Amino acid sequence: MKIKLIDAATVIRSKNCSPFELTMDIIINKETDFQNIKKADAINRKVIAEAYNIPLEKVKKVIYFDAAQAIKAVMERPVASGSPGDTDVYGAQQHAPLLKLELEV
Amino acid sequence: MNTGITEFKVLSPTAILGYGFPEESFKRGIEMQPDLIAVDAGSVDPGPYYLGSGKPFTNRDGVKRDLRYILKAAYDLDIPAVIGTAGGSGARPHVDWCRKIIEEIAEEDNLSFTMGVIYADVDKELIKSAIKAGRTRPLGGLPDLDSETVDKATNIVAQMGLGPIKNALDLGSQVVLAGRAYDPTAFAAKPIALGFDPALALHMGKILECAAIAATPGSGCDCVMGILREEHFELVPLSPVREFTKNSTAAHSLYEKSDPLYLPGPGGMLDLNEVKFEEMPEGRIKVSGTRFIPEENPTIKLEGAEKVGCRTISIAGTRDPIMIGQIDSILETVKTNAMSMLKSEGVKGDIFFHVYGKNGVMAELETETMHSDEVCVLIETLAANQKDADAICSIVRSTLLHYGYPGRIATAGNMAFPFSPSDISAGDVYKFSIYHLLEIDENDIFKTEIHEL
Repeated sequence: MKIKLIDAATVIRSKNCSPFELTMDIIINKETDFQNIKKADAINRKVIAEAYNIPLEKVKKVIYFDAAQAIKAVMERPVASGSPGDTDVYGAQQHAPLLKLELEV
Repeated sequence: MNTGITEFKVLSPTAILGYGFPEESFKRGIEMQPDLIAVDAGSVDPGPYYLGSGKPFTNRDGVKRDLRYILKAAYDLDIPAVIGTAGGSGARPHVDWCRKIIEEIAEEDNLSFTMGVIYADVDKELIKSAIKAGRTRPLGGLPDLDSETVDKATNIVAQMGLGPIKNALDLGSQVVLAGRAYDPTAFAAKPIALGFDPALALHMGKILECAAIAATPGSGCDCVMGILREEHFELVPLSPVREFTKNSTAAHSLYEKSDPLYLPGPGGMLDLNEVKFEEMPEGRIKVSGTRFIPEENPTIKLEGAEKVGCRTISIAGTRDPIMIGQIDSILETVKTNAMSMLKSEGVKGDIFFHVYGKNGVMAELETETMHSDEVCVLIETLAANQKDADAICSIVRSTLLHYGYPGRIATAGNMAFPFSPSDISAGDVYKFSIYHLLEIDENDIFKTEIHEL
């Protein structure tokens, strides 16, 4: 079965978790969807790397957090927050590629 | 509990001192007779400029308004007020800026109290000898720390843990004004000193430092009360429109953190694996099960920023499809042409184009191809001084305006400039250069000054 992430999630967001890292949070609305995604490991480092078209090693980790029915990804920032060449000091607008994700569960 | 106190109430007025809060929420909090008012006043979120330059990122009037409520209420109730990461980044200029505001309020409102001021700046020589002894290590993928980086930093602060704030309170401070501090410590130091569980106190502080952001609807400018007890803590929304739910509180554990289950700080980390959230009447939530894993060799986190130059910007747009279709190659050529002109003048610097409508927000992380009828080109130039940054921006702007790109039929000018003057000197630019752990006993770094107001 395929799930469109944008239909299953109530929150899809990005933010700095340090000046050098971005974190993406995805909160799933229904527990069954969350459990299915988790069981299938449908969001993993490879899926995130492909969504952003970046090398796998740039994606540090993906964590499933049951208490909030949430999935968290952490990736390296291309440029440190506020350093020359940065485009998003807070990192709060780097989530858009996740809106298109379709997951096989 | 050795002190016989079974409950400790901490009022958190706002997520960042200066962001404000509704007077009614604050009054409701005061009516509950808190034992402490604590507030976090800083963040690294707004970027390196504020730490590097020593300037605050919050508005002075806003900070003074918030502080007036807090100081007056703390004075009337005879309870301590603790301010963490003063002035936004918590370096000496930030702390002194906030201290001046407190002194003004004390004088204007006839308040007299003892104030403990804790500076968080770290001596450069101390860091250099720690580097030699192998007692520093990098975070966030930065290289190992070296002496040159230490010398170049304009301000270097360390995140204080519980010790310095506890010490300032022990010295009789009714108001504690702390430099850079691990966010929860302003909330947790006092109850932990009274014998409450450090894990619960720190976890409560971790949520309270964001005020009502963990409630639903969330807000960074509304008050929350935390009630710490022996086996749990409770969060109480102080506005009737908000409530804490299991979801909102658990989801907050994710916010801005690299791991929702392990939250590292000075002296060890919080372990949230066994945490239980229990919804209570009136939008309250009960939290229990937090554990604390102490660190074997205590470390503190250093933060430093260095100046990289000066910036000038110019904002322009184009609505020409022939130009938009080849925007990348046009900008590349403009950059090359401008740089070669500047080279003969001996002017050095960097040019960045932020192309909104294409990839201005995500740059190299962008995965879509452009589909805009118009794009904004934000020209950004960086050089060692403002004069050179201005000169580069001027050349890039005029070259872009008149460059005869292939197939051009709009020959009067390539860009629409919304403003005259078109170029803005944007001042000093900094970068985060130090984000490292230092193995040290925190009592060797943070010094408290006591002032009678």
